[in-house]
Amino acid sequence: MKDTVLEVTNLVTKFKSADGLLPAVRGASFSVKKGETLCIVGESGCGKSITALSIMGLLPSNGLITDGSITFNDQNLASMSPKKMQKLRGNDVSMIFQEPMTALNPVFTIGFQIREPLLIHQKLSKKQAHARGIELLKMVGIPSPAERMNQYPHELSGGMRQRVMIAIALSCNPSLLIADEPTTALDVTIQAQIIDLLNDLKEQLDMSMIMITHDMGVVAEIADRVIVMYAGEVIEEGRVEEIFENPQHPYTKGLLSSVPNVDDPDFELKPIAGSMPMLNEKISGCRFHPRCPYAFDKCFSESPKTFSVTDKQNVRCWLQEEVEQNGGRRASSL
Amino acid sequence: MAVDEQVLYSVKNVKKHYPIKGGMLQRVKSHVKAVDGITLDIYRGETLGVVGESGCGKSTLGRTILGLESLTEGELVFNGNNISKYSPRQLKPFKKEMQMIFQDPYASLNPKQRIGDALEEAFIIHTNLPAEKRREKVIKLLNEVGLKEDHYERYPHEFSGGQRQRIGIARAISINPSFIVCDEPVSALDVSVQAQVIKLLKDLQEKHALTYLFVSHDLGVVRHLCNRVLVMYLGQMVELAPVNKLYENPTHPYTEALLSAIPRPAVGRKRERIRLTGDLPSPSNPPTGCPFHTRCPIAKDHCTTEKPAWRQMDDGHFIACHER
Ligand SMILES: Nc1ncnc2c1ncn2[C@@H]1O[C@H](COP(=O)(O)OP(=O)(O)OP(=O)(O)O)[C@@H](O)[C@H]1O
Ligand SMILES: Nc1ncnc2c1ncn2[C@@H]1O[C@H](COP(=O)(O)OP(=O)(O)OP(=O)(O)O)[C@@H](O)[C@H]1O
Ligand code: SF4
Ligand code: SF4
Ligand SMILES: [Mg+2]
Ligand SMILES: [Mg+2]
Repeated sequence: MKDTVLEVTNLVTKFKSADGLLPAVRGASFSVKKGETLCIVGESGCGKSITALSIMGLLPSNGLITDGSITFNDQNLASMSPKKMQKLRGNDVSMIFQEPMTALNPVFTIGFQIREPLLIHQKLSKKQAHARGIELLKMVGIPSPAERMNQYPHELSGGMRQRVMIAIALSCNPSLLIADEPTTALDVTIQAQIIDLLNDLKEQLDMSMIMITHDMGVVAEIADRVIVMYAGEVIEEGRVEEIFENPQHPYTKGLLSSVPNVDDPDFELKPIAGSMPMLNEKISGCRFHPRCPYAFDKCFSESPKTFSVTDKQNVRCWLQEEVEQNGGRRASSL
Repeated sequence: MAVDEQVLYSVKNVKKHYPIKGGMLQRVKSHVKAVDGITLDIYRGETLGVVGESGCGKSTLGRTILGLESLTEGELVFNGNNISKYSPRQLKPFKKEMQMIFQDPYASLNPKQRIGDALEEAFIIHTNLPAEKRREKVIKLLNEVGLKEDHYERYPHEFSGGQRQRIGIARAISINPSFIVCDEPVSALDVSVQAQVIKLLKDLQEKHALTYLFVSHDLGVVRHLCNRVLVMYLGQMVELAPVNKLYENPTHPYTEALLSAIPRPAVGRKRERIRLTGDLPSPSNPPTGCPFHTRCPIAKDHCTTEKPAWRQMDDGHFIACHER
């Protein structure tokens, strides 16, 4: 398909550790289309950031991609030279990192940091870069942008710093923007501003976006499609409506009933027992089985296959096999 | 949850201002008005939520009413006793009644101390139980918060975030307090673990007739857990109401904006969001008049000069706003 911007197939990313090579991403596959927003959700440690960093070629030094392919506009990023990757990062793909407070350099002005990529990658003159920088700050809704160019990061609020990060990420007109928890550290009123901003910009610039978050509310506001990760694996994917209205994986369902509903005074909270396993824990069969209320014999020994629920929704769970055998596609009664 | 309208703790016009020093002589240049005039009755058995944006003074309020910060102004009346000016010695029996659960209990645990020993400390300070009995108590506590006997011998780094929060809770309830300030107790946890800890807090409240002051920026969790909610803005009270009234009929423009900003985990329902412009002003240089006027969508001229009075709208529902 021509309108696919990014295609990740069977990605395996491992870390070197005292216990040997430990996989943090275990065979993840997904794609992003032009103009589409894909959300990656899941709890802390499930591999969201490492998946993103694998795409960007920015893994920590002890991490490496051991299998799979990452195809971005017909180029395989998994085998690209660091030099070419660097060029790509300045031109076609950019990322907003998880920790906004540390991502800006405290000793340089905002202006310096926003001009830098424009000088290097877009080959603008200093004057042009300055003017473009002001334009970008204005685009992300920063008041008096010209004055901000001379200020240092600590003189800005958290929400403003996050906007600067977005402005810098957009400076190269990327066709793909990866945003790793861009609103997590912010207050809800500021978070709402940033979500609106990202949605507006995406429309204006017709770019594709991968948004990483653990907040199901943010997902509902911004996603076209969603992948749910658990312990390094993609366990469910689907259109945003499918994930919220007809989730199939017990973990996806559990996630949705673990978040108290602000609009429902009688919401019944149903926690998932246990917690996310560590990388070095050995788990046979389905990696969710120690926490799964529906686990049965097969789950303990065999890793589940991926089953299709609809043309867009896929789930990795043995329960789906029974659903298929019983005539398929009945609405979940679990 | 039996809330019987009996006042456990009365907080009267409490202020906490921190000096900002500067210059060569480190003179006090100005003050951060972290908490600036809070008046509240906390009822026995209730969970009173405190919400508001980062830096609005929620944690400072919690620490101040636990006596962990000196008062700049105001009075604290616990169970009928005005403890505002008590000496540390006079305060000791009251300290036993009041505990705190922190966002990151790890920070308050000694990494070189076994969990069992850390939990025994409270019994050493506040009781004269022999070692054998103390150990029994601690094991009972561990079970009560969903941990196991063999966790006694473990060190803090061997626990997950959710387990550490359970330890923090065990420590807070160990000597049977009546009042607990929970400062963002579930904010650092994953949602599935968060839900487990919320359930635990609810169960313990019922079992031990606890009164909670629950500080959080998560308005979903607050709705789920609290009976009443106080909304703060720049150290001041802007709205106080029973939980359902606040969520169904938010009246202060700030509360309205706050509630409309929460991303809802449901698709297809497009809500009109109240868009606030501008960032939170600095608490060292708060706006004159109504503290919210720099961002308020309905501010009038007089809002910039006159501070709105705290007044009752209807039963138990209070706000500070000229226009509502
Ligand atoms: N440099 C590293 N060395 C070893 N393990 C690592 C390293 N970085 C991350 N990991 C591990 O890889 C796993 C996936 O981490 P990742 O950062 O992708 O999680 P995440 O889903 O982004 O979580 P969060 O929501 O907390 O950001 C985790 O178990 C983490 O501990
Ligand atoms: N010890 C201190 N010295 C000086 N200023 C302080 C001190 N503690 C808090 N402050 C300031 O007081 C104000 C209120 O802080 P507080 O921690 O109570 O806010 P909060 O509502 O709990 O915020 P958050 O949601 O980020 O935890 C902030 O401006 C903070 O910087
Ligand atoms: S495969 Fe089995 S254990 Fe895994 S989620 Fe499905 S039912 Fe649960
Ligand atoms: S007093 Fe004025 S500025 Fe303050 S909230 Fe009411 S209308 Fe807005
Ligand atoms: Mg991450
Ligand atoms: Mg706080």
